Amino acid sequence: MNLLLALILLPLLGAVVVALARGNEPAAKWTALGFALLELVLAAAAWGVYEPGAARLQLSGSVDWIPRYGVSLSFGLDGIALVMVAVIALLMPLVLGFSWNERLPAGRSRGGFFALLLLQQALTVAVFAATDLFLFYVLFELMLIPMYFLIGGYGGERRRYAAVKFFLYSFLGGLIMLASAIGAYTYAASTTGVGTFDWATLRGVLSEAPLEVQVWVFVGFFVAFAVKAPLVPLHTWLPDAAQQAPVGVLVLVVGVLDKVGTFGFLRYSLPLTPEASRMLAPLVLTLGVVGVLYGSLQALGQTDLKRLLAYVSIAHFGFIALGIFAFTSQAQVGAASYMVNHSIATGMLVLVVGMIIARGGSTSIADYGGMARITPLLGGMLLVAGLSTLSLPGTNSFVSEFLVLLGSFTTRPVYTVLATVGLVLAAAYVLRLYQRVMQGPPSGTAVLDTLGGPGAATDPEAAVGGGSRTTPRDLDGREIGVLAPLVVLVLVLGLYPAPMLDVITPSVEATMSEVGVTDPVTSQGGN
Amino acid sequence: MGVLTQSQTAPLGGGRVLAQSAEMPQIDYGAVAPLLIVFGAACLGVLVEAFAPAHRRWSVQVGLTLLAVLLAGVFLGMHAQEINTGATTLAGTLAIGPAALFLWGTLLALSFGAVLLLADRSVEPGGAFVAESNILARPGESTGTPVDAPGAASAAVMQRSAPGGVGMRTEVFPLALFSLGGMMVFCAANDLLTMFVALEVLSLPLYLLCGLAKRRRLLSQEAAVKYFLLGAFASAFFLYGLALLYGYSGSVRLPEIAAATAGSLRSDTLLFAGLGLVVMGLLFKGSVAPFHLWTPDVYHGAPTAVTGFMAACTKVAAFGALLRLLHVAFQASSWEWHWVLWTVAVVSMVVGVVLGLTQQDVKRMIAYSSIAHAGFLMVGSITLTDRGLMATLFYLLAYGFTTLAVFGLLGLVRTSEGEATRMSDWAGLARRSPLVAGVFTFLLLALAGIPATSGFMGKFVVFSAAFSAGMGPLVVIALLASALAAYLYIRLVVLMFFHEPAPEGPTVSVPGPFTTAAVTLGVVVTLLLGVVPMLALDWASVGGFVS
Repeated sequence: MNLLLALILLPLLGAVVVALARGNEPAAKWTALGFALLELVLAAAAWGVYEPGAARLQLSGSVDWIPRYGVSLSFGLDGIALVMVAVIALLMPLVLGFSWNERLPAGRSRGGFFALLLLQQALTVAVFAATDLFLFYVLFELMLIPMYFLIGGYGGERRRYAAVKFFLYSFLGGLIMLASAIGAYTYAASTTGVGTFDWATLRGVLSEAPLEVQVWVFVGFFVAFAVKAPLVPLHTWLPDAAQQAPVGVLVLVVGVLDKVGTFGFLRYSLPLTPEASRMLAPLVLTLGVVGVLYGSLQALGQTDLKRLLAYVSIAHFGFIALGIFAFTSQAQVGAASYMVNHSIATGMLVLVVGMIIARGGSTSIADYGGMARITPLLGGMLLVAGLSTLSLPGTNSFVSEFLVLLGSFTTRPVYTVLATVGLVLAAAYVLRLYQRVMQGPPSGTAVLDTLGGPGAATDPEAAVGGGSRTTPRDLDGREIGVLAPLVVLVLVLGLYPAPMLDVITPSVEATMSEVGVTDPVTSQGGN
Repeated sequence: MGVLTQSQTAPLGGGRVLAQSAEMPQIDYGAVAPLLIVFGAACLGVLVEAFAPAHRRWSVQVGLTLLAVLLAGVFLGMHAQEINTGATTLAGTLAIGPAALFLWGTLLALSFGAVLLLADRSVEPGGAFVAESNILARPGESTGTPVDAPGAASAAVMQRSAPGGVGMRTEVFPLALFSLGGMMVFCAANDLLTMFVALEVLSLPLYLLCGLAKRRRLLSQEAAVKYFLLGAFASAFFLYGLALLYGYSGSVRLPEIAAATAGSLRSDTLLFAGLGLVVMGLLFKGSVAPFHLWTPDVYHGAPTAVTGFMAACTKVAAFGALLRLLHVAFQASSWEWHWVLWTVAVVSMVVGVVLGLTQQDVKRMIAYSSIAHAGFLMVGSITLTDRGLMATLFYLLAYGFTTLAVFGLLGLVRTSEGEATRMSDWAGLARRSPLVAGVFTFLLLALAGIPATSGFMGKFVVFSAAFSAGMGPLVVIALLASALAAYLYIRLVVLMFFHEPAPEGPTVSVPGPFTTAAVTLGVVVTLLLGVVPMLALDWASVGGFVS
């Protein structure tokens, strides 16, 4: 059996098994974790089998689906998709570990929650693996359904609003993409006589298409991906979704799902419509830089921990868009590796913040203060995640951000300089967050209440995930287990990024040649 | 039966035939066998109604009706194997080609499900239709006894129907069969006069069926009267248009009208006024805005099973006839009328979606959603290519089954006063019955056009056909409307899954075998057409209309 197919079907099978076992919570939980770990092993195997620089798409397979419309079930991975699949496989056990004892809304079963998470994983892997435009669209929309139920069923107080907003934004974006996909199909049918949705064939046909055709196709895809990513004018669903989603789900939203948007730029927008991409690059770059600045400033001003995380992500996606549309291989390698590093850094930040929220029972920053005194380990973790988020040299994000800025500066100096301001702002919002939550004397209602203040007696359950302690306890073994792999990755990928860059670089160079641009200066291969 | 129709209509059918009217026309019995079976069973049903003892009528009627539909399906299948090109029969009044056969198959399959819904007696004890004993009590009722007050009369109704035992009106079955026969003729008619007769044959039983609800009698009767009055107007428009087209082309036959439109110096005024009026009559039946005003009231007031029958089958028949008309008779003049129907499609989508968003009742919401879907179907109907025809046929099939299952499930959510169709009653339904809520969500997602459902496939094939026929802007509008429409359905999903159930909310009845079968049929087809649509697409593309 094809390894990639196994990567898609295994979590799906897991979702079914866990859903059936949801009556017995421990069994469901351990089964889910087992499947997630097995998936991680498979992902590692896929990484091992993948040969960087060999075929454009590897591990591929294809079966006819609707021949009348030239639709097939085709899957395949390039380097960028491979690392994203690996990231999901890595994050999923951590998300499950984090949500192990998390409080759920009344009447919801943890088994159902974990089953939906696994279903989400299966669909997301499939989205990254699809190499048929029709199939990609189908999965792109299907992916919304479990997420809709995850946010709407297990989220915070205004979860219904957030879930519907999330769904409608993405669905609308997807439908506009469908218009483009149909347009691409129709164009292919009219020029070659055979309609097809096959990615490689469409690329050949469309990249020769007149500019006006390309622009229309590009715009449709762009809207869908910009909603997903999210780029600035289309971002408003993310803060709401982030605030309401359970923490484990938020890790997936900002860590993986949003990457489908930037992945879409790299896999679909640029290769399919190279000429339009080059022409409209200034527009995307502008939106990207606006996103960097706007997201950073918003992050500085947030009073809610989870909304802050959303704006941090929006700022970072601006960076990724800048890297992709600067059209140098350094910048694109930077952007593609930033997708991974952002998942790791922000994923870790979300998990740490989730652990803080689990202790304080509040998402408002003002309710916290001086926690480092009581929970030094948690404080340290927040610092590591924060420093990686602000791209301190030596952490993983630094490599990517540096490559993006270096690569972009050669072609787009003005945008790059503006985006650099975002770096300064990133330092400001991360350190401010750390300062307010961790430093100083213990203060804030959430911290003091759990120390035994007046509120502690009224709602002891809400204060601490597991039991009714009166002091915010430091990280326990499970939480350390969840964070440790991420800490290791932050440092390893910061000091020795070559293994990941080696996988990404050939795919990026292939994309560059598909767009028909060459580097103004000789690329150093990303190291 | 068929012969009788022929001898009446053929002389009027065209001047040239008049001279030969003494001769018996050739009848292709193989082709019209499904029709003969359906009409024959309907007549037999009337006899059963008259002669069978009351306590056995229900079982005899249900058996007869299902058997007739099945048998008609078998004959249809056998005939479809034989021919590929199609032919006209009964002196050219019926044109039975591949597209017509596909529509017939769709209608038969849908009405099989609908008859199962009509036959169910377990959800509503004794069936959803007025009991036999009520016929006698009717004069008293209509003057305003408590039975007429919606909701207040559950006890009275229960008492009334209890002594009668199985006392369900069984004439719904022959009525449904007559209507089905009318629908089948409607989408195979090769001249406008036959089409008109078929229109009446399909409509009149429907008017009656709408008024037969056991509960909420006033609403049901109001729906019937409203449907009848507006329907009568629509028929009148159709007839007037027919007359104008006859004046224009000198014939009521579709091929001869087509020949006349292809190149002549005759008055365009007659042509377009006639075409407009005829199409108006069809759009009314298909509940396309701005001819949709009856839809919400009738969907809301009619017994749920009848609404299911109507929503699924009438839509197929109306659009089948419209497709036939546009493809066969008015293809040559499409440049002139195209933009009008273009506008109608947009209006229907917008009206359906926007007004649907304001509804507080599930049935009315589904009614507006059907208006929006009629808009999507219009997009396919005005795509006069082979691919457009195939896409529209597929969409009709997909939409019909989804709608049938939707109405099957709608009937299950009940309070002590009957069906709970207020949206607020549906809050937290997933807690009470995860299965029903889950299946209903799947159907709603199909209506919204989420991938892996037939709704998405239908939209995809229709929109891609329209796109390749050069209607890009219309496709974009339709896609935006689909996105808005999604909110319509998601709203209900939110209610069912993410709200706390009301303390005295409705319960979900355990469906009887009939309803279960009908709903399962609808859901399975919805899933299959979404995941493996190849076979249905192949059938739909065998060929077009003949004339």
